Amino acid sequence: MIATPADGRPLDLSIAGVDKSFGPVHVLRGLSVGIPDGQFVTLLGPSGCGKTTLLRIVAGFEMPDRGDVTLGGNDLLRLPAHKRPVNTVFQSYALFPHLRVEDNVAFGLRSRRVAAAETARRVREAMDTMRITELARRYPHELSGGQRQRIALARALVNEPEVLLLDEPMSALDAKLRKEVQAELKRIQRQYQITFILVTHDQDEAIAVSDRILIMKDGRIEQDGSPEEVYERPVSRFVAEFMGSANVLTATCDGSDTAACGFAPLRLAAPAPWRQGHIAIRPEDIEVREIQPAVNGVRGTISERLFRGDHWELLVDVHGEHPMRVITEPDQVHSEGEEIWLELPPDDLLVLRD
Amino acid sequence: MASHLVVDGYLTTRPRLYGRGGLLIAGAFLWMGLFLFAPLGGLAGLAFAQRGEYGGVEWIFSWANLTRLAGWDEFGFSWSHLTILWRSVWLATVTTLLCLLLGFPMAFWIAAKRPAQRPLLLALVMVPSCVNLVIRTYAWQQFLGSQMPAAWLAQSLGLVPEGAALYPTVTAVYLGMVSCMLPFTVLPLYTSVERLDWSLVEAARDLHAGRWRTFRHGILAQCMPGLLAATILTFIPALGMFVISDMLGGAKFLLVGNLIQQQFGSMNDWPFGAMAGLFLVLASLVALWGLRIVSEREAPHHGARR
Repeated sequence: MIATPADGRPLDLSIAGVDKSFGPVHVLRGLSVGIPDGQFVTLLGPSGCGKTTLLRIVAGFEMPDRGDVTLGGNDLLRLPAHKRPVNTVFQSYALFPHLRVEDNVAFGLRSRRVAAAETARRVREAMDTMRITELARRYPHELSGGQRQRIALARALVNEPEVLLLDEPMSALDAKLRKEVQAELKRIQRQYQITFILVTHDQDEAIAVSDRILIMKDGRIEQDGSPEEVYERPVSRFVAEFMGSANVLTATCDGSDTAACGFAPLRLAAPAPWRQGHIAIRPEDIEVREIQPAVNGVRGTISERLFRGDHWELLVDVHGEHPMRVITEPDQVHSEGEEIWLELPPDDLLVLRD
Repeated sequence: MASHLVVDGYLTTRPRLYGRGGLLIAGAFLWMGLFLFAPLGGLAGLAFAQRGEYGGVEWIFSWANLTRLAGWDEFGFSWSHLTILWRSVWLATVTTLLCLLLGFPMAFWIAAKRPAQRPLLLALVMVPSCVNLVIRTYAWQQFLGSQMPAAWLAQSLGLVPEGAALYPTVTAVYLGMVSCMLPFTVLPLYTSVERLDWSLVEAARDLHAGRWRTFRHGILAQCMPGLLAATILTFIPALGMFVISDMLGGAKFLLVGNLIQQQFGSMNDWPFGAMAGLFLVLASLVALWGLRIVSEREAPHHGARR
């Protein structure tokens, strides 16, 4: 067991050069990352990117083929799963169906033979925090998905882990409940001040809750940054497309600050580092103009128009590979088939590394 | 005028609903009544009748058979019948425990194989049951004979005297019983093990549980339905079985099955045989009831899991 050091030295999690294969499938490729104590980190990526495997390695359910995992300088890999100061909220919650809610929550403490009185106190506290006190005597199958999720959280948090792992904990909840739980997760993380590692493939969820997002692809970290950074400044085509709705344009550049992308030459803030690559622009950064703008004006026809409540989403045919997605204010009314000018401000054109 | 109601999307009336339901259930009721409850009632009635002077049955109510089974007859008290009953229960219990101990690992072993191989292995478990029990037990006699390798080994280890066979012995009886009952233990266990939700095992590990606690809450609790079915399917047939003990135990140990056979056969005392039979039925019911209590406590909701 790893105890919090007496001098209060933070228990930073360090993952160094971790490699893992399942048969011929190379799931993690020399992945390294350091996670400071108390950070809310999200592993974000499509299925098969290795995010769940990384989580399972930290939990102790998989051993890496190579690499080190340490917590506050202590080797985690030497410890079996049940001796790590790490607890998990499982994707399907994995509540014990034969135990009442309170016994599910008390499970970890009883495993460690914590005194009965202290167990009772801590179970009560955890259930209060998660607002499930009134469910104490019920069985998991009698509860809704949202309630089960709170129990899974309480069952993990009651052990006061140094790191809490969350394996797609919201995938089974409906959209409205998910929003509530996201806020709740954030609140709990602040209250307990421990490291949270969340695995998800939902970029909205990642942006809503995280201090830091690690975008994973093919067993490597594609981009590592704050939610703002990965959203505003995607480094690669993969990140730009994965993080949502960015328009990605194939372009060529001859070393000047102008790129050619089929339908128009575009002025960039700085020269692109490649001869052929991609640039991206977010739909909300594109301005709709009545007259030709001074720089980076593109003429197009509105092919589709969707009202989203707080904004309009336009698909504008600019004679490129794909129609351009543009977001406008709800009071800016255009009609389908209308010809408009789009302004792509150079500062908002993101030059991707590939 | 009957009030109308909607059931499964159909408009109907209560009498019509009951009429249809009654018709559907009548076949089962008739079958159970004719072939289960009527014979059981007959058995119970016979158990409290008396044996006639020259065999046959005299329909006069009497507790005599019950007191006789409990040990009192015209010569006073003797343990002989109670010993027989207790021996039967003990043999069935130990057989069931041995079968569970062997069957659980077997079920895991089969469930861990590739899906394509599992049906073959399950079939292999079942195949011996296709051979008549008496023939199988003869085979055990041959196998345990004094000139066979198993006996040689036991002789050379000094476990049995030189030139002796391994039967009739108690060990041989258990060998025969376990080999006979094992398929009925493995199959229900296998169906439970195959459907195991392994995330509960991980959850137990994650929540700091050691080996035993992980097994207890991660595996055993989930396997409770299969475990109960296996226990019932092993214990109840084992309770009435006497061929194996006769052939491999040297007919030295009477079991309740022997007792019943004797009464209905050579002794020509049907009422006492019926009383012994009634004991068998009651013992099975008590076992079922006991297991029900255990299952309620251990897995209150295995029927409605998630």
